[in-house]
Amino acid sequence: MSGLQEKVLHDRGCMERLLLALSVNVSAMFRDPGFFCVFREQVVPWLRTYPFIRIWCAGCSTGEEVYSLAILLQEEGLYDRCRIYATDMNEAVLRKAKEGLFPLALMREYTTNYVKAGSLRSFSDYYAAAYDHAMFRPSLKKNVVFAQHNLVTDGAFNQFNVIWCRNVLIYFNASLQARVHRLLYESLIPFGLLCLGRKESLRLTPHEKDYEALAGDEKIYRRMR
Amino acid sequence: MAFALVVVGASLGGLHALEILLAGLPAHFPLPVAIGQHRREDADDALCVALRRRSALPVGEAEDKDAIVPGRVYVAPAGYHLLVEEGRFALSTEAPVAYARPSIDVLFESAADVYEAGVIGVILTGASKDGSQGAARIKGRGGFVVVQDPRTAEGSVMPAAAIAATDVDRILPLAAIAPCVAALSRSGRR
Repeated sequence: MSGLQEKVLHDRGCMERLLLALSVNVSAMFRDPGFFCVFREQVVPWLRTYPFIRIWCAGCSTGEEVYSLAILLQEEGLYDRCRIYATDMNEAVLRKAKEGLFPLALMREYTTNYVKAGSLRSFSDYYAAAYDHAMFRPSLKKNVVFAQHNLVTDGAFNQFNVIWCRNVLIYFNASLQARVHRLLYESLIPFGLLCLGRKESLRLTPHEKDYEALAGDEKIYRRMR
Repeated sequence: MAFALVVVGASLGGLHALEILLAGLPAHFPLPVAIGQHRREDADDALCVALRRRSALPVGEAEDKDAIVPGRVYVAPAGYHLLVEEGRFALSTEAPVAYARPSIDVLFESAADVYEAGVIGVILTGASKDGSQGAARIKGRGGFVVVQDPRTAEGSVMPAAAIAATDVDRILPLAAIAPCVAALSRSGRR
């Protein structure tokens, strides 16, 4: 055990491998298509009122949500006004996210999701098939900053119009969730929007009363004070 | 010592089987019930709506960190694994287990790990082998396992797999399962 501790503390690669083994890094593009529909219908019109938009994908893992968001913003003609901060605690998954390479075998599932998400074009416009991978257009990451950030130990680093933190906090216990929610709250501009996963809630946050839910079943909350 | 939690696994044909099971539980049923039913990843809460019509107990999809409250029925949301922790549920989007998310094995195993001999596991109809390892874990921790008689199940594979995997306590026709579970909840005995 002490040998492992030594390695983990001093060997960066070893620490990364341990983190990878201990953390959950499963995602899908356009997961929960209904969320994307609501985002398009209710959030995009509000974002249009801003000349410059900052969005944080907190706990972005291998980037599936980041590319989905980028596609949506491009289709809505908002991408050039946006900067997306995509962060994860794990450098290895961030490197993967930055590559924008996803297994070709998943494209069928993602295409189905994409169509259900109320999208406007053909999903295959966004990638080129290369052997058994789909390489997503570099233009999708033009305004994306990939950076290492640990939701538990690192603090606020900017103020955002929108934060996506979907199905990340489910892996934290109640007290850790409360702590991270403080960080998310502090990282939103007034009237900024916090987007959680479909089965997450604000119940465990110290800031529940500071938010108002947007209409509908999706977990999109507006910071009211 | 009394039982603390009922976990139920169902797949193909599960809607009908769950309706019969829940319709048979009395309004004062004293235990929480957690259900893992296989369905499409993007399915909405239609399953809950259907079950609510037949159940005397409140039925809802579990949300992350929901408290486990006696007398309530929690359905694993589509596209998530439902896990049991001490007094609470937790959700996970980890990869499907044996093509299933929710996975019945994940639900049953986590329940057995936390509530040990306090768990009643119920395996209903289904066409996969999901749930058999979970049933074995429940038995391994001293819990109680009831399986729908494969001959009366729309999908016989799942109950048959559970029976093959472990020494189950009861093999019953569908209509007899709710009375059995209700009696176990009252007896306070294992």
